[in-house]
Amino acid sequence: MHIKLSVQPGTTDKIKTGNWREWHYPEIDHEKCIGCGLCDQACPEGICFPTGEKNKAGRVYYEKDLDWCKGCGLCAEICPVQAVTMREEIK
Amino acid sequence: MNKNMSAKGGSAAGGKKILEGSRAIAETVNNCGVAVVSAYPITPQTHIVEELAKIKADGQGNFEYVRAESEFAAISIVLGAAATGVRTYTATSAQGLLLMTEVLFNVAGMRLPVVMTDANRAISAPINIWNDQQDAMTMRDSGWLMVYGETVQETCDLHILAYKIAEATLIPAMVNLDGFVLTHVVEPVEIEDAKKIKIFLSAWKPTEILDVKKPLTLGAFVTPAHYMEIRKELHDDIVAAKKLMTKEMVNFKKIFGRKLSLCEYGGAKDAGTVIVAMGSVLGTIREAVETHCNASLRNAGILKITSLRPFPDEEIIKLIGSKKNIIVIDKSISLGTEGILATEIRRVLYGKSKARITSVIMGLGGRDITMEMIGKAVEESKKTKEQVIFIGK
Amino acid sequence: MPTKKYKAPLSHLLNPGHSACAGCGMIIAARLLLDTAGPNTIVTNATGCSEVTTTQYPMTSFKVPWIHSLFENPACLASGILAALKVKGLADKTNIIAIGGDGATFDIGLAHISGMWERGDNVLYVCYDNEAYQNTGYQYSSATPLDANTSTTPPGKYSEGNDQKKKDMVGIALAHGLPYIATATTGYPLDLIAKVKKALAIKGPKYLQIYTPCVPGWGIEPKDTITVAQLAVQSGFYPIVEYLNGGLSGKTKTTKKVPVENFLKLQKRFKHLFKDERGKAEIAKIQKIADKNIEKFGLLNS
Repeated sequence: MHIKLSVQPGTTDKIKTGNWREWHYPEIDHEKCIGCGLCDQACPEGICFPTGEKNKAGRVYYEKDLDWCKGCGLCAEICPVQAVTMREEIK
Repeated sequence: MNKNMSAKGGSAAGGKKILEGSRAIAETVNNCGVAVVSAYPITPQTHIVEELAKIKADGQGNFEYVRAESEFAAISIVLGAAATGVRTYTATSAQGLLLMTEVLFNVAGMRLPVVMTDANRAISAPINIWNDQQDAMTMRDSGWLMVYGETVQETCDLHILAYKIAEATLIPAMVNLDGFVLTHVVEPVEIEDAKKIKIFLSAWKPTEILDVKKPLTLGAFVTPAHYMEIRKELHDDIVAAKKLMTKEMVNFKKIFGRKLSLCEYGGAKDAGTVIVAMGSVLGTIREAVETHCNASLRNAGILKITSLRPFPDEEIIKLIGSKKNIIVIDKSISLGTEGILATEIRRVLYGKSKARITSVIMGLGGRDITMEMIGKAVEESKKTKEQVIFIGK
Repeated sequence: MPTKKYKAPLSHLLNPGHSACAGCGMIIAARLLLDTAGPNTIVTNATGCSEVTTTQYPMTSFKVPWIHSLFENPACLASGILAALKVKGLADKTNIIAIGGDGATFDIGLAHISGMWERGDNVLYVCYDNEAYQNTGYQYSSATPLDANTSTTPPGKYSEGNDQKKKDMVGIALAHGLPYIATATTGYPLDLIAKVKKALAIKGPKYLQIYTPCVPGWGIEPKDTITVAQLAVQSGFYPIVEYLNGGLSGKTKTTKKVPVENFLKLQKRFKHLFKDERGKAEIAKIQKIADKNIEKFGLLNS
């Protein structure tokens, strides 16, 4: 048997689903972000994450990785402080 | 390893014993060091799985016994266990094998070396619990290695071989024996002990398994870009398994002293007529030929087929390519055409032989096959213009 | 577009790059489930969206050992894996999670889930319930709720959509005497996470049914998958409950009763009910089901 049937973990990361976005992308207001992590929990792609950088209020704010973001807008929906806005994307 | 179990497990004494066929298979499978057994009862397989349960209950088995809710579940359970990297076993018959269909293809496609016994039985309807070989023949294209035992001893030996070949090729293996005829017969049989089997069957150490230290995905979704190559490889590997089987049969003889073969010719060397068959009916054929109870059996040869997958094409051509009259006895039929083994023989000999090949269907649903009927089969095959005939009386 | 580009650390046990729809409820559940269970977990997965969107050969989104065999057998595989781990002495150190959609769970795999539960196997069975065979094009399953428009229960002159009520899978689980049974939803991620933790801490067979809205199957906006799930809970349409050893031990209450209409009107699968009087009568029937849930489980805070 030469063909490997098993697949190495996490390898779909090669596929950048960011090109699925049609109209909108999320923009995160770092100063508004309270670092609660709800966007991270709600993101179907799992690509909202704490940046490690702090805002003026001393909170570690979140960002998203547009390489994979499909633009669903759930992060904006779930954000309790409206720190995420879906902006029109001009490609 | 579970220490409590390993001290006493997998070590039933070997040696010559007078046992029921099912018990002999159960003891052999246990001595092969099987780790997970899962089964669902169906006649005539029942005694095999009952005996394994008893072996476990008596503390003589170092395996997990998982009671399944159906045959579909039983084969799926051993699939899961095999994917976790342990030696597995299940057994079934007839409807049970058909209920497993979807999983049989899956086990083969996933390249998991499960070994199973099929106690061959007729397929419903009409419902019938007796022996023929329709069940396994229907699964011929599932991608399993398939071998047929003629006696209890040979069937036990084929189980040991099956683990060896399955694990080396990553192709599952089905060991067939005639239900009741062999599962329920009591005869002297050499039970090989675990120690000796271990010399032949080294430990299976797979790497592509479910392991939290190496988190692989198994059973991924394959698109047209890859599917065909994967299927072709399974085909190629089944064909290639023939060479390995031949080699391991020689090793088997060295260690255990008994001969196994993919196929074997018996009877008169210069025979013009040869009878081809698989399984326990060969005993009847042998005796019919030896005693030539019918004049047409004088000087007849016998070709025993042990391995249906891989099918020993070249060996068959060599052994019977020059014969004039070939009678293939099948205990199964591809309805609307002929016996399934007959078609296989016809395929192998096409363009290689001028023999007249007759498919003879016998013994369906447990109908007795007598020596006289073997004689009649040969006689009729010489007279008939049909490609396929049924001999039941 | 923003000038600074941020790179996700990909620290979840489910990587991006999968082909689940934008806003997919199922994939959110999958990630939360795996992250909570942790790396010492083996997953068996039924055929369905959760499998085809994540494991397109030769790639996979999963970072835990994961196996797919067939539609109806993830529970059987889990039993086999457990037996093998027992032999290897690893059974107590490993979580085994069997996953199926509602079709795999409520319909085709039901006998095998029952078998696994009856054996008392230490496995968490998780159902992603999106109330139809969404992967094959939104056909009816026995988890489909009353009046839903699926491709095999279309509304028409003589039909208001599905004429059957949703099968009570939690009731079936209860009849098996499992030590832990719960419903949860991606609408409430924290509750979902807590339940996965709790379930995995309990030895024996567990059942977790996660309500996971389906964007194309339900005909909703991608951004609404969480809202829709929350409305299902707040209206009593989909009760979020928990049973420990057969006794009701938890429920998600709502302070203000939300009419089912609010939940239904966001979804194309119930659009036909908003056209005429006939539909109105059907909505009243659905309201009755929700009211009964509220009453049965005491879901309303007064």
